[in-house]
Amino acid sequence: MKTYKELFGEIENAALIPFFVIGDPDFDTSLEIVKTAIDAGADILELGIPFSDPIADGPTIQKADIRALESGMDVHKALDFIKLIKQYKDIPIGLLMYYNLIYQYGAEKFFNDFKAAGGNSVLIADMTIDDAAETIELQKGAGLDTVFMVTPVTEQQRMEKIAAQSTGFIYTVSVLGVTGSRDSLSSSVGGLIENLKKLTDVPVCVGFGISKPEHAVSVAKAGADGVIIGSKIVSLIEVNLGDKAKILREIRDFIKEVKKSLVAGCS
Amino acid sequence: MKYDGRFGQYGGYYVPEVLIPALEELEEAFFKYYKDEQFSNELNDLYKHYAGRPTSLYYAKQLSEYVGFKVYLKREDLCHGGAHKVNNTLGQGLLARYMGKKKIIAETGAGQHGLATAMIGALFGMEIKIFMGVTDIERQSVNVHKMKLCGAEVVGCEGGTGTLKDAINDALRYWTAHVQDTFYVFGSACGPHPYPTIVKHFQSPIGTEARQQCLEQTGKLPDMVVACVGGGSNAIGIFSGFVDDKDVKLVGVEAGGEGVEKGKHAATIVAGKVGVLHGSRSYLLQDENGQVMETESVSAGLDYSAVGPEHCYLKDIGRAEYVAANDEDVLDAFELLTKKEGIIPALESSHGLAYLVSLKGKLDSETIVVVNLSGRGDKDVSIVEKHRPV
Repeated sequence: MKTYKELFGEIENAALIPFFVIGDPDFDTSLEIVKTAIDAGADILELGIPFSDPIADGPTIQKADIRALESGMDVHKALDFIKLIKQYKDIPIGLLMYYNLIYQYGAEKFFNDFKAAGGNSVLIADMTIDDAAETIELQKGAGLDTVFMVTPVTEQQRMEKIAAQSTGFIYTVSVLGVTGSRDSLSSSVGGLIENLKKLTDVPVCVGFGISKPEHAVSVAKAGADGVIIGSKIVSLIEVNLGDKAKILREIRDFIKEVKKSLVAGCS
Repeated sequence: MKYDGRFGQYGGYYVPEVLIPALEELEEAFFKYYKDEQFSNELNDLYKHYAGRPTSLYYAKQLSEYVGFKVYLKREDLCHGGAHKVNNTLGQGLLARYMGKKKIIAETGAGQHGLATAMIGALFGMEIKIFMGVTDIERQSVNVHKMKLCGAEVVGCEGGTGTLKDAINDALRYWTAHVQDTFYVFGSACGPHPYPTIVKHFQSPIGTEARQQCLEQTGKLPDMVVACVGGGSNAIGIFSGFVDDKDVKLVGVEAGGEGVEKGKHAATIVAGKVGVLHGSRSYLLQDENGQVMETESVSAGLDYSAVGPEHCYLKDIGRAEYVAANDEDVLDAFELLTKKEGIIPALESSHGLAYLVSLKGKLDSETIVVVNLSGRGDKDVSIVEKHRPV
């Protein structure tokens, strides 16, 4: 199964990492959407398992969580979903989710089952490196990479600790706040990437607020190894609910456009 | 962070990374100031002259005759604002002022914490935003109006059933985006560390006073202390005064809604499983997959799926007992206290009274029971009227 290290070694431009909530708006449509994203040029997938109380997410992803939960998505089905994706293509998959789901499933079993399904890493939105002691060895024991977040308000010393604990990539939050599309990107992200690059060889990926091809290019130019796009893509599902063909077409077109810009931007 | 914020396995600070600097700053400030002489003097002055502390411990003679043992009510309903909530908002508000923060946010369920925060916003000249579930806004409209009169902005929260859980979600989301200049006044003894510790500290005068007053009035300690538990701030406040007195039984009363067996309730400790929500590990009402369940209770202030971590710990070590009272019994108790003593209790506090009534005839007549009457019931009169037309 492809590791992050292999993937980042293979590609020349910044990795394109779309985010989807598994099961949004339903299992089968979600599967088609993710396959479409892979075909359109996604390098890595960041997937969410829906949670009732997603405190780190803005309205777009909250609504996606509700759609997925209402369609019956749960952790077991999400693992089945990941297996189906991996059968379709050997693409690295990171999860971005909330701790209670893992806790109820049983942390050790969850990480093992996710690894067996073909997953690469689990970023727990409501768990920082301080509490990670209760999961980090279990993740490593399962053979998973670790991913933690760094934000514009993270202090230097803490950033060093986070960098030292991350083996997959560092999820760099470009703006303060929850997930969601924004018109313009924070100018501080360049400095943040530069700072992290001095601390670690682990790839630095940037997410939160990226909604346009030019955002992706500017983040890549600032030195990011990967660009994570969530709410913008999820919003294409939301606005086209009931018209599956249009959802697939718009997601394909958007991802292709971003990919093209990233490839052009790095040449 | 300097401390892990644990009560046994419970508590902690399960939050997104972006909130860490704000929690660290809060922890540092709290431990710097909470024993500081100037801070304590200022706070005690506000407790006395603004909030009306100490509140009385009232021997409820008629109620005592009815239940067959001695009932003393800790009259937090007499606090300014009508509930114990002001103890905490004065403390956190003063802390915010010492930290130089001028923008305040808070969540609220019944509106009591929202109102108590709006009051200190007016008092300290701070900009206040209150996050409140849309269902709660509707059923607690009087408090909403009062908050607005104090100059606060009330933000309606629509997720879930539009109750306290949804208000906390939105307040946390707002805080992550405005963490650099905004102080979050958390209303209950739950949420991420250091809030459970901070809220307990600022609510501890309830217990300290009640213990002293009971000794003064009866010459001994009570046999039992009863308080309602939603998130658990009034309960931890009064329990804190007695937790070292091993012979004093502590009882927390949760919201049994239509009945725990029917699944429509907010009895988190009684019927929940351990989980993680809103930054803290605690008992939690959740389904088998770990999705947090909606709660139901006649009282908005107890309508919460999680509970303070220290209560979970007190339960596990056997120091406190937790029970549930059903809506119908709560309404009976509301009417009973009103008729017997001329005191209209909040529906939240009526849960403690309902438990008291369940002990009628079962205790020795010399038994002393202190009930924390955490709030007054003016805000609930229209709700009670719907259920029990006069």
